[in-house]
Amino acid sequence: MTEQPTGEAAPGVAASARDLIKVYGKGEAEVRALDGVTVDLMKGEFTAIMGPSGSGKSTLMHCLAALDTPTSGEAVVDGTSLGRLKDKDLTTLRRERVGFVFQSFNLVPTLSAEENILLPLSLAGRKPDREWFDQVVDAVGLRPRLGHRPSEMSGGQQQRVACARALVSQPSIVFADEPTGNLDSTSSAEVLGFLRRSVDEFGQTVVMVTHDPVAASYTDRVLFLADGVIVDELRTPDRDHILAKMAALQDAAIKKAAS
Amino acid sequence: MLLLTWRNLLARKVRLMMSALAIVLGIGFLAGVMTFSTGLNATFENIVNGSTSDAVVRPAGDVSAANAGVATTQLVTPADIEKLSALPEVADATGSVDGIGSFLLGSDDKLVGGQGAPTLAFNYAPGENMQGEEILQLSAGGWPEQPGEITLDTSSAERGGYDLGDTVAMIVPTGEPRREFTLVGTADFNGGGTAGATLALLDTAEAQEIFLGGADAFTSVALTGADGVSQTELAKAADEVVPDGFAAVTGDKVVEETQEQIGQFLDVISIFLTTFAVIAIVVGAFIIFNTFSILVSQRVRESALLRALGASKKQVTRSVLIEAFLMAIVGATLGLLLGLGLSRALASLFRSFGLDIAGDVLTLTPFTIISGYVVAIVVTMVAAFVPARRAAKVPPVAAMRDDLVVQEKAMGRRLVLGTIAMLVGTALVAAGLVGAPGTDAIWIGAGAVIWVITTAVLAPVLGHPVLVACRSVFGRLFGTPGLLAGENALRNPRRTGATASALMIGLAVVSAVGVLASSLSATNDATVDDAFRSDFLVQMPTFQGFPAQYGDQMESVDGVDLVSRQQGTPVSVTVGGTPDQTFAAGVDPAYFEIYDLTMLEGTDEISGNQAVLSEGRADDLEAGPGDSIAVEFPGGKTIALEVVGVFEDTPTTAGITMPLSVLADAGLKRSDSSLSITVQDGADRGAVKQDLEDIVEGLPILSVQDKEEFKELISSQVNQLLYVIYGLLALAVVIAVIGIVNTLGLSVLERTREIGLLRAVGLSRRKLRLMITLESVAIALLGAVLGMVVGLVIGVVLRQSLKDDLTVLSLPVSSLLVFLVVAVIFGVLAAIVPAIRASRMKVLAAIATE
Repeated sequence: MTEQPTGEAAPGVAASARDLIKVYGKGEAEVRALDGVTVDLMKGEFTAIMGPSGSGKSTLMHCLAALDTPTSGEAVVDGTSLGRLKDKDLTTLRRERVGFVFQSFNLVPTLSAEENILLPLSLAGRKPDREWFDQVVDAVGLRPRLGHRPSEMSGGQQQRVACARALVSQPSIVFADEPTGNLDSTSSAEVLGFLRRSVDEFGQTVVMVTHDPVAASYTDRVLFLADGVIVDELRTPDRDHILAKMAALQDAAIKKAAS
Repeated sequence: MLLLTWRNLLARKVRLMMSALAIVLGIGFLAGVMTFSTGLNATFENIVNGSTSDAVVRPAGDVSAANAGVATTQLVTPADIEKLSALPEVADATGSVDGIGSFLLGSDDKLVGGQGAPTLAFNYAPGENMQGEEILQLSAGGWPEQPGEITLDTSSAERGGYDLGDTVAMIVPTGEPRREFTLVGTADFNGGGTAGATLALLDTAEAQEIFLGGADAFTSVALTGADGVSQTELAKAADEVVPDGFAAVTGDKVVEETQEQIGQFLDVISIFLTTFAVIAIVVGAFIIFNTFSILVSQRVRESALLRALGASKKQVTRSVLIEAFLMAIVGATLGLLLGLGLSRALASLFRSFGLDIAGDVLTLTPFTIISGYVVAIVVTMVAAFVPARRAAKVPPVAAMRDDLVVQEKAMGRRLVLGTIAMLVGTALVAAGLVGAPGTDAIWIGAGAVIWVITTAVLAPVLGHPVLVACRSVFGRLFGTPGLLAGENALRNPRRTGATASALMIGLAVVSAVGVLASSLSATNDATVDDAFRSDFLVQMPTFQGFPAQYGDQMESVDGVDLVSRQQGTPVSVTVGGTPDQTFAAGVDPAYFEIYDLTMLEGTDEISGNQAVLSEGRADDLEAGPGDSIAVEFPGGKTIALEVVGVFEDTPTTAGITMPLSVLADAGLKRSDSSLSITVQDGADRGAVKQDLEDIVEGLPILSVQDKEEFKELISSQVNQLLYVIYGLLALAVVIAVIGIVNTLGLSVLERTREIGLLRAVGLSRRKLRLMITLESVAIALLGAVLGMVVGLVIGVVLRQSLKDDLTVLSLPVSSLLVFLVVAVIFGVLAAIVPAIRASRMKVLAAIATE
C-alpha cells in the first residue's frame, strides 16, 4: 500500500485528529458533538474510545473513518488528510485502507457468510488473497459456516463474519462501533478475543467505540470523551480502573446538569 | 457486485414480479398489436397477390366501379373475349360476371358476416393468378356447374351454418330478391382466407341472368399472358382490341391500387391500437418508477453499508440499474409470449366481426421481438434511473445510524418547474386553438401530453386537497381507522402521488374520449333533429345500394304521401387541377319537397344535366350558378353538369346533387341508397310503418326507421366505438391497479412495526383491514379525480378545436360518476391482498422487527 507523505503524520500513527470540531444544527438547537479533539491513534494498537451517551465518541469515529465530514479541523488516516478528498477518493480510501465492524452486524441478508466476507474485495474488483482469507476465517472459527446465510447464524457468529469482512482487505485501520452492543457475554468474549488477536498476531490497528468497561479492558489504551473533548486516557487498562474513570465522568456530567 | 444484484432480485421475487407484471402487460399489448397488424397486412397481401391475374380488362376511368360498390351497364361480349384470346400475347382470357348488391343469408335468415366486408358474387371460371397458380382453390365438394348451384368460401359456409347439399338463400339485386341455391362446394382464395369477404360463386349463365338481365356478356376479363410475355406487353396488346369504355391494366397496377386502398385502412387500425399500447407502457413506467423508489428507500441501510465498505456511487447506481435491466428482460420475454396470445385473441375478435385472419401469419417477427426488448429495457431503465441515483446518494454513515431517512429535496423546485411546464403546455394548447401554423391537433396534443406529465409530477402537491378531504370524510365515517388511513396516504405524498399518477393517466384519456364521444352523440342528435324532415327513412346500415323495386312498392302503400328516392355514387371531379374522389347523389323531385334545402344562391329546381352544390363543395370547385362542372362517373363516362344553385351544407344529401336521370345516362344501374318517406295527414303512422316493414321483410338488412330509431342507430355506432376504446384503455387501468397493490404491499411491509404497535394497543384485525382498504381507496380516488379533471379539460379543448364538426359540447356526467365509483371499487380490490397480509402479522414479531 502506498503511503502518501504529509508532514504532520508522525511515524507509527495510524490515524489522527487535529482540532476536530463537529457542530449539528443551528442557533438554539446547536449541538457541539466534537469541540476541538486532538489525538493520535497508534499503529498496531487496540484503542477504545469511551464516554457517556452524547459525549461525541461515535462522531469522532465517523470523522476519522471518512464516513462523516467535520465542521473544522483535520482528520488524517494512514497519512492521508481527509479534508481535501472528493467523494471518489474517500470511497477508494474506505475501500482500501479502512475496515468496519458495526453494532448491528450489517451483513447483507441475501449473501452467504463467505460472500459477505469477500464483499469489499468484490466491490473493489480485487482477487482475494486465498492464504490470508483462510487465515482470517480460521482465526474467527467460521470455516464450517461459510455457506450459511446471516439468518441461519447466531448474533456472535454474524459479528465474527463482520470482523472477518473488516480484515479481509488488509486495511490500515479497523473501526468498530459498539461491536458487542448486541451480543451476550460469551459471544462478546469471542469477538473481543478475536479483535485482540488480530492486533497481537496480525499487527492490525483497531479502534473501538464502546461503553462497556469489560470490552474496553481488552484494549491497550482507552480514551475518555466528555462533551466533545478528550478528558482522560488509560494505558493497559483493567476493568476496575475503567469503571472508576467512567463513574467520575458520570458524576461530573450529573453535577454539570444540576448546576 | 453482480452477484449481489442477482441475489437481491431473487430475494425480492414477489415484489419484482409485481413490477415486472406491468412490463409484461405493456409489452404484451405492444407485441400483440404489432403481430396482429403484421398478420393483417400479410393476410391482405396474400389475398391480393393470390387473386390477381397477369392483366385485367375492366371499365376505364379513375373511379373503379368494383371497388366503389356500384354496378355499371358496360359489358364485354363473348366476341370481345374471342378477340382477346386470339392475341399471341394472351394465353388465356376468362370473362367474369361480378355481381354487386347481393347478400348471403345464414340458415337463421340473418346476414352472414354482419356489416363489414361485402359479399362478392361472381361466376366461377378457372383462372390463374400472377404466380401461375389457380386463383380459387376448392376445399370441399365441387364448383357450380349449372343454375341453382353455389359454392361459398369455407368461413362463410361455416358462419352461415351450411353443410354441403343444404339450401342456401341469397338476396339478389334483380327479380325475386330472395333466391335459393344448393351448396355444392366450398373454396378459398389462393393465399388463404378471404379477409372477411363472403364469396358466392355461381354458374356463369345464372350469374348473367341475375346481374346482367340474362345478357350473354361479362363485366370484366382476366388475362393470363403467354410464356415470356411481360405484364406490360400483355396489357398493351390487349388494350388495342378492348371495346369502348374498357381498358386493360397490368396485374401489378391492380395490386398496387388495392393495396393503397387497404393500406390506409390497415394503417388506421394499427395506429389506433398502438396508441393504446403506448398509453399502457407509459402507465407501466410509473409503476416501475414507484416500485424502485420504494425498494431503494427500503434498502437505505444496505446501500449505506455498501458505500461504507467502499462501493462507489456508480457501483450502487449500476446495481439498481442492472436489477432493472434483468427485470426488463424477464418482463419483455413473458410479454412477447403474452403478445402472441393476445394477437390470436384479437384475430378471433376480428373474426367475429367478419374479418378472417389466418393463424399461421400471426407469428412474432424479429422486428417485433427486437422492439419489445428495446422498449422494455429503455422504459424500465429510464424509470429506474432516478431511484438508482437516489440510492447512490445515501451517505455511508447511515449504515451506523438508526434514524435512517433518505433526505428528500423540498417540493419547491418541483413546484416551480411544474408550474412552468403547465404554462408551456397551456401556451401550446392556446396556439392550437387560435390556429397556429400546422395541424391544430398536433399543438393541442403536445400541450395535452405536457399537461398529463406535469400533473403526474405535481400529483404530490395537487393531490393534497383531495387527500385531506379523504382524511376528514374517512375520519367522520369510519373513526380512527379512517383517520389513520388518511394520514398514511398523506404521509408520503410522493409515493401516493406517483401511484395515483398511473391511474390518473388512464382516466385522463378515458375522460377526454368521453367528452368527445358525448359531444359527438349530442351533435348527432341535434343534426338529426334539424335535418330529419321525413317520417321514415329506409336504408341499409352500410349505406350500400339496394334494389329499386322496394321503393316502387312503397310508393303504393296506403297512407304514404311522398317517397323520395336517392342514389349515391362515388365520382371524380377536378379540384385545383387534380382529380378528387368524392360522393354525388342522384335525387328525384320529391327530395326537394321533403327537405326544403336552404339555398344560398340560385335555385334548387334541377332537371336534365343540372346540379346543385353544397357550400363546401362549391368552394372547392370554385363554381357557382351558371358554371359548368365535369363529373366523371364509375365506368369512365364524364358528363358536364350546369350548376344552378348552392345550398347550405346538410347531411341529407351529397355535396353534388343531380337528377337521377344523370346517373342513368352515366351508365349506372338503377338502385336506391336511401328512401325518405312522409305520411299523409291523418294517416296512422304505426300502420304505415308496419306496411312498409312488411315490404322489406325479405331483406333483413334493410330497415324502416323513424327519427328516434335513426338517432339510436347513430348513437349506438358511436357507443360501439367508445366501448372498444374503453376496453383498450382497461388494460392501462389494470396496470395502474397493479401499481396500487404493489405500493400498498410494500408500505405494509415497511410499516410492520407500526402495524404491530397498533394491534398491540387494541386495533382489531377487521379495523386494520379497513384502514388499509381506505388508504387504497384514497389513492384510487386521488388518481381518478386528477385524471378526470385533466381529461375533462383536454376533452373540452379538443372539442373546441373540432367545433365545426362537433357543434354541441356535452359533458359525460353520468359516465364520470360511474368512473369514480369504479375507481373506488378498484381501490377496494387492490387492498385485498395487502390487507390480508397485514392482518395476519403476529403482534409480537411485528413489534420486534427492526
